[in-house]
Amino acid sequence: MSRYTGVTDEDLRAMLGAIGVDSLEELFADIPESVRLGREIDLPPGRSEQEVYEHLAALAGRNRSTEEEVTFLGAGMYDHYVPALIDTLLSRSEFLTPYTPYQPEISQGGLQVMFEFQTAISELTGLPVANASVYEGPSAVAAAGYLAKLETKRAKLVASRGLHPHSRAALVTHAAGYAMEVVEVPLDDEGYTEVEGLAAAVDDDTAAVFVQQPNFLGTVEELGPLVEAGKRTGAMLVCAADPIPLSILKPPGAFGVDLCVGEGQTLGNRLDFGGPSFGFFAADERFIRKMPGRIAGETHDVDGRRGFVLTLQTREQHIRREKATHNICTAQALNALAGVVYLSWLGKRGFVELGELLLRRTHYAREALGLEAINPGPVVREFAVRVPDLDSAIARARDAGINPGYPLRRDFPEFSDGLLIAVTERRTKEHIDRLAAVITGEPAESRPAVAPAAASSAGAASSTRAPSPPTGVRV
Amino acid sequence: MSDDTVTVFERSRTGRRAFVAPETDVPAVPVEDLLPANAIRAQPADLPEISEPELVRHYTTLSSKNFHLDEGFYPLGSCTMKHNPKLHERVAALPGHARLHPLQDPEYAQGALELMRNLQVALGEIAGLPHVSLQPSAGSHGELTGLLLTRAYHEDRGEQRTKVLTPDTAHGTNPATVTMAGYEVVKVGTADDGGVDLDDLRAKAGDDVACLMLTNPNTLGLFDRNIEEIARIVHDAGATLYYDGANLNAVMGIARPGDMGFDIVHFNLHKTFTQPHGGGGPGAGPIACSDRIEPFLPVPQVVERDGAFDLDFDRPRSIGKLRGFQGNFGVFVRSYAYICSLGADGLKDVSQVAVLNANYLKALMAEPGLAEYLPIAFDRTCMHEFVVSGRGAKEELGIRTLDIAKRMLDHDVHPPTVYFPLLVDEALMIEPTETETKERLDQFAEVVRAILEEAKADPEVARTAPHTTPVRRLDEAGAAKRPVVRWRPDG
Repeated sequence: MSRYTGVTDEDLRAMLGAIGVDSLEELFADIPESVRLGREIDLPPGRSEQEVYEHLAALAGRNRSTEEEVTFLGAGMYDHYVPALIDTLLSRSEFLTPYTPYQPEISQGGLQVMFEFQTAISELTGLPVANASVYEGPSAVAAAGYLAKLETKRAKLVASRGLHPHSRAALVTHAAGYAMEVVEVPLDDEGYTEVEGLAAAVDDDTAAVFVQQPNFLGTVEELGPLVEAGKRTGAMLVCAADPIPLSILKPPGAFGVDLCVGEGQTLGNRLDFGGPSFGFFAADERFIRKMPGRIAGETHDVDGRRGFVLTLQTREQHIRREKATHNICTAQALNALAGVVYLSWLGKRGFVELGELLLRRTHYAREALGLEAINPGPVVREFAVRVPDLDSAIARARDAGINPGYPLRRDFPEFSDGLLIAVTERRTKEHIDRLAAVITGEPAESRPAVAPAAASSAGAASSTRAPSPPTGVRV
Repeated sequence: MSDDTVTVFERSRTGRRAFVAPETDVPAVPVEDLLPANAIRAQPADLPEISEPELVRHYTTLSSKNFHLDEGFYPLGSCTMKHNPKLHERVAALPGHARLHPLQDPEYAQGALELMRNLQVALGEIAGLPHVSLQPSAGSHGELTGLLLTRAYHEDRGEQRTKVLTPDTAHGTNPATVTMAGYEVVKVGTADDGGVDLDDLRAKAGDDVACLMLTNPNTLGLFDRNIEEIARIVHDAGATLYYDGANLNAVMGIARPGDMGFDIVHFNLHKTFTQPHGGGGPGAGPIACSDRIEPFLPVPQVVERDGAFDLDFDRPRSIGKLRGFQGNFGVFVRSYAYICSLGADGLKDVSQVAVLNANYLKALMAEPGLAEYLPIAFDRTCMHEFVVSGRGAKEELGIRTLDIAKRMLDHDVHPPTVYFPLLVDEALMIEPTETETKERLDQFAEVVRAILEEAKADPEVARTAPHTTPVRRLDEAGAAKRPVVRWRPDG
C-alpha cells in the first residue's frame, strides 16, 4: 500500500470477493502475456515525503532564481512582483483541485472567475469578446492562425519579424499541419515592422497578418499603418501583445485588429522556468463562434438567480469532434485566475501607475546605458542595444550578481552583439545604475548623470553616443 | 441579485485600491514625452477599484461555491481525478523552481534541466519508448504534436498520406486534432466485445492512412485484447500507431505502450501524474516516441554533455516549436515529485488499485436495485473505469442520466462523465481512481441506490435536481443563443 492508496488486506479480500476473482492478477487477464512487462519498471524505489522534499530542494538549489540575482532578463517572460494574496487564493483547494466546470451548479466560483477574466481581457485589448484562456502565448498565436484559416479558407500567413521568435516558430510548426505557408516581414533599421514590406507581402491568398505590440525588441509599433496595410486584401489582422504595456498603450482593438492574443505570465503568474502561465485570446464579436477554448457566459437558473455556464460549447471538441474550431480541452484556468486577481489588485489607477513607472524606468535605463540602441524609438518595458564585446560584458555582469538580459544572436543573427534588456518594477534606479556601470565598464559614480530632459522623445532616435570601451572595472 | 453573484467589477468604488506603486526613483518624465500621442491609451482599462480585504473576500467567497477534489468523491470517467499530494505544491513553490527565468543560462539552471531529464527518463521507461519531449501543454497539444511528428516522418520518406483512423469510442480531442493536423478523420467501428473491429480496421488501413489513434484501455475501460494484431495491421499499412495516454493510469508497471507496438504516446500529467486540475488547467502533455520518430521531436531537447545539462536547438529535422520555452515546468516538478515518491513499486500499486477499485465499484453497480436501471454497457472485467447505461432508468423510472447526475450534486458527490462514450445510450462513465477507499466506493453505490429508490416514488425530485446547490439548473440554451461573455457597466 502506498501512502496515496488505502486498501488494507481485509479490504482486498472483501473487494476481490465481491468482484468474484481470487487475485489482483486476474483483473489484468485481458492483457496478453506477450505485451506484459514481466519485470519491475526500471526506476528507483519509492521514497518518504521528507526524502523527496530534500531531493527536490537540492535540485532547486542548483538553479539561480530571480531572488538570487538582479535580472534584466525578459524576452517573453518577466520578473514582475506577484502579490501575496495570489499565493493565498491559488492555494485554496476550492480553486486548485476541481476539474473543468462541466457541472455548473457546483462550479459557480470557477465559472464566475472565467467571466471576470474575460471581462478584464476584453478591457485590456479593446476587443469585445475573450475566451477563458488558452495554453500560453506562442501557441495562442498559432491558434489565431487556425481561426484565420477556418474563417478565410486562404493559404498564407504573414508574420512580422517583430513577433516573438517562439511565436513565429510555433506558427510555422502548427501551420505545417493545417497546410499554410508563413511569410516573414522584416524589421526596418529602427526596429519597427516594415510597413512597405508588409504591404508587399499581403495578397489575395493571405488569411492573416501577425504583428506584436510592443514587438519582441520592445518597440512600440505604429499599429495604424500596419493594420491598414495588413487588411488591404481582406486578411485578418492578429496582434500579439503583452498585457502589462497595454496599461498605457492604446488597445489593439482601437486600431481595428480582428484578434488580440498573447502570453499572460506577466499578470500575477510565476516564471516557473517557462510555465504554466496562460494565453489569452480576444476577438471581434463576429468571430465568437469560431473561437478556440472555453467561454463562460452569464445566464440564470430556473429560479431566476444569476449564474454562469460554459457557453457556445458547440464549437468545442467534446461536442463537435472533427468539426471543432480547435482541439484544446484542458487550458489554464488556475493561471487565468491569477491574472484576474492580479489585475483587480492593481486596479484601474494602479495598472496605469505601474505602466508609467515601467515606461520611465525603461527609458531611464536606455539613457543610462548610453549604448547604441537597436530600436531607438519608444519602448515601454524592454529595449535592445548593441554591446561591444558582449560576452565579456555579460561575464562582468554575472560576476556582479546581475543578469544583464537576453543575447539576441540565437534568434537574430543580424544582431550578434545585441542585448535585450527588460526593466520590471522590481528593478530600481540603483539596479539600473549598477547594470550601466558593469556593462560599460565604468563605475557608476564616474558616469555623467542622465539629464531627464534628454530622455528620448517619441519616435526619435535617442542615443547615438559611442559606447565606452570596457575597462574591466567591477562593482 | 444576491450579493454573492456580484462580479469584482460591480464591487468597484472610485478611490479604493489594493496596490501602492513603488517609488518613482527616476525622473518623472511626462508620458507624452516618451510615447507618440497616437500610441497612448485615452481611457484607462476599466478595472475594478477595490481594497485588499474586499478583494480577498470576493475570491474566497467565490471559491466556496466550487465542488473540489479535496472535498469529495470525483469519479469523472477518463479524467483521473486522483488525490493531489500536498508536497507537490511546496516543492513547486521553491524559489529555485518558481522564480527561475526560462531563458536563464543553462549553466545556472542545472537543477531544472536535470529534473526535466530525470522526468523524461522515467516517462520513457513507463511508456516503453525511449525518446521524450516534455514540451506540449496538455493532452490535446500532445496529440497534435504526435500527428505533426507523423506528418514529418512520412514526408521525410516521400509519402503523402491523408487519413487518420480513430475508433468511434475516441475522446473528442482525437478527431479534432486530426482536422487541425490537416488529415481526414476515418472512424473505425467497435466490435461486440468493446474492442476495435478488426475487419473494419483491415478494410480501412490503406496506404493513404497516416496513423491510428487509440487509447488502450479504451474509453469503455476495456483493454483491447487484439492490440498486437492491431499494431501489425497499422504497421503493415505503413502508418504510425498513436497512444492517447489519458488512460495510462490503468497499466503502469504492468504493460507498456511501446511494447504493445505504439510509436508515439502522450501523457496527461494532470491525470496520471497528479498535477492538480485547477478548474480547467494547467496541465502538461509530454510525448514519448520510438527511434524512427525521434529525429523530428520539437526543439529544444534536454541533453547531457560531459556531465552537464544543456538545451539542444540544433535538430535539423525537428518539427520546430509547439509553444514558448521548454513547456510547463511547474507541472514537471509536481509529476517528478510524484514519481520519486512512488517509485517502481508504487506506480504499479497505483494501477493495480485503480483497476481493483473500478472492478469493485462495477460489482456494486451490478447488484439488484442498481443493475436493472443502470446496466453495465460491456460487462467484462474492466480496467480503471467502466461505463453504465441509463437506458433502464429512463425507461423504467422516467429519469434520464442527466437527472441522476444532477441529483448526485445534492449528495455531495461529483457525477461521473455523462453521455460519453457516444455509442452507449445515456452513458455514465465511472472512474474511481486508486486514491479512494472501499468506504467511499460503498457510499457512492448507496447514493446511486438512494437516487433510484427515490425516483421510483417520485421521479420529479431527480428531474428538478439539484436542490441544495448555490444555483439550480441553469439556462444553457439561452446563454448560447444570446451570449453575454463579459460584464458591462450598462448591463
